[in-house]
Amino acid sequence: MTITIQLPLTLESIKPLQAGDVFLLTGRLLTARDAAHKRLIAELESGQKPPIDLKDETLYYVGPAPAKLGQPLGPAGPTTSGRMDPFTPQLLKLGVRGLIGKGYRSDRVKQALIEHNAVYFAAVGGAAALLARQITSAEVVAYADLGTEAIRRLEVEDFPVIVVNDCHGGDAYADGRKQFEIIHE
Amino acid sequence: MTLRQLSVRHIETAVQELIKESAYKLPADYLAAMRAAEEREASKTGRIMLTTLLDNADYAEVEQIPTCQDTGMAILMLEIGQDVHLVDGNLTDAINAGVRAGYADLRKSVVGDPLERTNTADNAPAIIHTDIVPGNKVTLTLAMKGFGAELMSRMQMFPANGGVEAVKAFVIETIELAGPNACPPVIVGVGLGSSFDGVGLLAKKALMRPLGQPSPKPHLAQLEQELLNSINDLGIGPQGFGGTVTALAVHIESFATHIAALPVAVNLNCSAPRRATVVL
Repeated sequence: MTITIQLPLTLESIKPLQAGDVFLLTGRLLTARDAAHKRLIAELESGQKPPIDLKDETLYYVGPAPAKLGQPLGPAGPTTSGRMDPFTPQLLKLGVRGLIGKGYRSDRVKQALIEHNAVYFAAVGGAAALLARQITSAEVVAYADLGTEAIRRLEVEDFPVIVVNDCHGGDAYADGRKQFEIIHE
Repeated sequence: MTLRQLSVRHIETAVQELIKESAYKLPADYLAAMRAAEEREASKTGRIMLTTLLDNADYAEVEQIPTCQDTGMAILMLEIGQDVHLVDGNLTDAINAGVRAGYADLRKSVVGDPLERTNTADNAPAIIHTDIVPGNKVTLTLAMKGFGAELMSRMQMFPANGGVEAVKAFVIETIELAGPNACPPVIVGVGLGSSFDGVGLLAKKALMRPLGQPSPKPHLAQLEQELLNSINDLGIGPQGFGGTVTALAVHIESFATHIAALPVAVNLNCSAPRRATVVL
């Protein structure tokens, strides 16, 4: 039986999470990918207040497909997280508690996860149709002009993720590979 | 061979139909390879990832929704018979009209300028490659190329005497750098030879070859198998969580090259390798 974690995350709820653990997420999160990150950071650097409060938020790196009639959102799987790396430490400093994407993070991001007590999850890349089934509502809350790259508020229910980098330095990609790599001398 | 007239309107419709059918349905040869991978994957987490991706493919087909939100940029490869006369307008415009219609309900993933980065809002333009071939038919191959894997693709101009060792090291290094980013298990398209411009296209064409078909050139078929084994020994596994299936196949396409050089390109395809071909 997979454990369900409530969103928004809290300091207490993320502390026990270990790299490699599988969870279901239920609650609210925000979407943001390349263009939204760039604009958000540019606004912050020019001294503006961010358009949404980021404290304890979970950011999902996704550019969803358009919704079919009667559905909240179209297929919505994770995009490659590494492209957000240059911006991520600043957002963690503002209180972002969780990140969802796929792929490697930089050493700087992994360090910032430890420093600010945050967690990086992966969702299954390419399983966008199934993941969309776990999204119960979607609403654009900032940067509507960015289309698929706008910031959306999503409500999710039993949204499956794996902890990649926990707040203690654990790394599921490194651990997994170590177990199966065959080294030829 | 008699000269044949073909309306570009037929090409426009064919492009639209290929997009519709590829967005919701992954190729049968790919799904068969994934089911075989699910059988042999040694990692439990890895098997769960493969099962999830197969379930996702089934669900998308039943619901008629895209398998992946990134329905890519449209890449069209045309083999145009030299005895075909294309009529009723401009071929490029017709292909792009087909792309706009095909992507109407799909994500718009194209920006008009790589630096200014404003979304074109209709997923046009397509990337179009044409070959003139004998005959009076037009063969149209579509790739809806996701850019998670495209971004992890690489090319390198090695000197003439780099040899097969340089090729192997470069391919392996590319897969290691890509890791989980390219949504493994990946399909690896390798271009060897030609020139700087040509080698990338060879790698792309290698990705268009159905799975389960080794290169007809024996030395390349052997290299494909050898590279596949080395890649799977890396242990990256499905979605990068560790495992024995990191790639489903390595395909190599080659062409003559200059006495000075050994060009190599590695183009990756992800867990949503959408491609389709039609002959008009």
